[in-house]
Amino acid sequence: MSGPPLAWYLILSAVLFALGVAGFLFRKSIITIFMSIELMLNAVNLSFVAFSYQLKQVNGHVFAFFVMVVAAAEAAVGLAIIVTVFKNRETLNVDEVDSMKY
Amino acid sequence: MNFFLLSVLKAAVVAFVLLTTLAYLQWVERKVIAHIQVRMGPYRVGPHGLLQPLADVIKLITKEELIPPHVNKFMYLLAPFLAVTMALVSISVIPFGTEIHVFGTPTWMQLTDLNVGLLFILAVSSMGVYGIALGGWASNNKYSLLGGLRSSAQMISYELPLSIAIASPLLLVNTLSLREIVQAQTGSIIHWNILRWPAPQIVSFLVFLIAGFAETNRVPFDLPEAENELVAGFHTEYSSMKFAAFFMAEYANMVTVSCMTAILFLGGWQPLFSPAWGSNFVPTLIFTAGGLIAIYHGLNPARKLDRITLPVTGVVFLLVGALFLVPAAQNALIPLFWFAAKVGAVLFLYIWVRGTLPRFRYDQLMRFAWKVLFPVALANLLVTGLVVALW
Amino acid sequence: MDVILFLIFAIIAVVCAVNVVVQTHPIASAISLVGVMGSLAVLYLLLGAEFLAMAQIIVYAGAIMVLFVFVIMLLNAGAESKRGRSLVAQLLGFPLLIALLALASYFIQRYYPGTATVQFGAFKAGTAQNIGRALFTQYLLPFEVTSILILIAIVGAVVLARKEL
Repeated sequence: MSGPPLAWYLILSAVLFALGVAGFLFRKSIITIFMSIELMLNAVNLSFVAFSYQLKQVNGHVFAFFVMVVAAAEAAVGLAIIVTVFKNRETLNVDEVDSMKY
Repeated sequence: MNFFLLSVLKAAVVAFVLLTTLAYLQWVERKVIAHIQVRMGPYRVGPHGLLQPLADVIKLITKEELIPPHVNKFMYLLAPFLAVTMALVSISVIPFGTEIHVFGTPTWMQLTDLNVGLLFILAVSSMGVYGIALGGWASNNKYSLLGGLRSSAQMISYELPLSIAIASPLLLVNTLSLREIVQAQTGSIIHWNILRWPAPQIVSFLVFLIAGFAETNRVPFDLPEAENELVAGFHTEYSSMKFAAFFMAEYANMVTVSCMTAILFLGGWQPLFSPAWGSNFVPTLIFTAGGLIAIYHGLNPARKLDRITLPVTGVVFLLVGALFLVPAAQNALIPLFWFAAKVGAVLFLYIWVRGTLPRFRYDQLMRFAWKVLFPVALANLLVTGLVVALW
Repeated sequence: MDVILFLIFAIIAVVCAVNVVVQTHPIASAISLVGVMGSLAVLYLLLGAEFLAMAQIIVYAGAIMVLFVFVIMLLNAGAESKRGRSLVAQLLGFPLLIALLALASYFIQRYYPGTATVQFGAFKAGTAQNIGRALFTQYLLPFEVTSILILIAIVGAVVLARKEL
């Protein structure tokens, strides 16, 4: 009984990353754009873990762990920024947040 | 015996016991609170209201399924499902006792032992927030929304002291597998993590307990469903089985947190003192005493009905006590007794607190989490780490 | 068995990811993203990364996404308006995406031929012990730097969330 080829995992990772990019470019809401970034980070993590399996090393896991930590920090600051932007401009549409001074 | 067949059997038994416990936990809670408030509690359905859970279940099932017209239907239906699933799943890694033989096949009294079992429970319970938050949001009702908002903020805040309080006993046992955590505490009460040399974990036990109250949204931290401010909080718009799902999730979370307390701090299925001093006879003694008291009251009945019910109860108690003396059953029953006793004690504490303490105000709740509980847990972790490293 | 599990969870992940992009309401997107993260955690388990799978659910699904849901609920963000989308993006975006994915798949297949299969249980080093050891010996400096990063993030979030700004 053999498992799926490693390439399938990498292709899945590529698909998820591409969807993240699509969401980032296509969406207007700043929160959804932010979520697309998280999706991309997740996709990259999957390929880290897959490579870690291939090389029989734990380093990929450690790197994915760091990515998670950075994502957590990023989410905290990013969401604080979103809340502040919404408070000041009352919109979440990135196209409407276009003036430096308000 | 076939591995799959055995697993299915164990899962069925665990699920049956868990669901019965959940139903009767509610009866116990109503009874205990009634007695705290000098009332009788449920009394009409069956002797001492013992069939009340059944009546409640039948009522909830036969009620009309009502979906308000203004809700987001998918999320509205997803939320109770999510809440109850995530609450029930975590029972699968909890060890109830030692290795036993079922028809000659050795097996553990545990569905499965993951070597990241503790993290699994944390992960699953952190997913439970979605049930409440989504239920509050999808109901499209301002009270529900406020309840959902409060609960997500509260559960994120209290998860930190909870996780840190878990980390310090882990330094003593050096494993994440729940079975090995219990095995590391073999022996009498001084080997349990709560009193264990060189770093007794009393502080982290208290922090864990308090944060556990908050994580399960129980009094005094039941802000998400504060009746006097928010009608019924996040489940205002829910009725019949969907309401029952939320209700069951709350009680299942209580059971999980109690099991975790027993395993992490109170030595799981390990007896209070060593069998050499006769701890194997404790269950028999307790059940015999209970049976004798019941028979005594049956002979001097306060009510007519007691003349039949109490002697029957007493005889059942005596039989159960005798069962604990059978050598073949001892291996399985005695660990189970100790585990159930510890879990039951913690659950009783939950109910006791509900009958005693008033509800926190929301700012007090947040301030308490961040300014008291979190620093205390952190300081305890540091001290424990230092002691363990130097020892 | 491995193949079936992979396919099930890969399909769930892709469907949820598509949902993240397509849904107009932020809450629906967020829940779909939680679905992606959950199925990725199962895939991590298949790859032998048990610690990371649990960390994925605790950190991503249990903390970060709850924060997202919280903010969406707090701001009461409604569905996104469909106006103002560029016609070129609508017409060309999807075919280009497919083309890109086809190219990527082709190259991945070429460099990783089907011989390298993933067997559940063949790689068992992803335990908490091993990751902890690597984290506190080989990667100690990055680890400490991350803690400073988190401290900065906390201070930043507190400053941003103050009332007057």
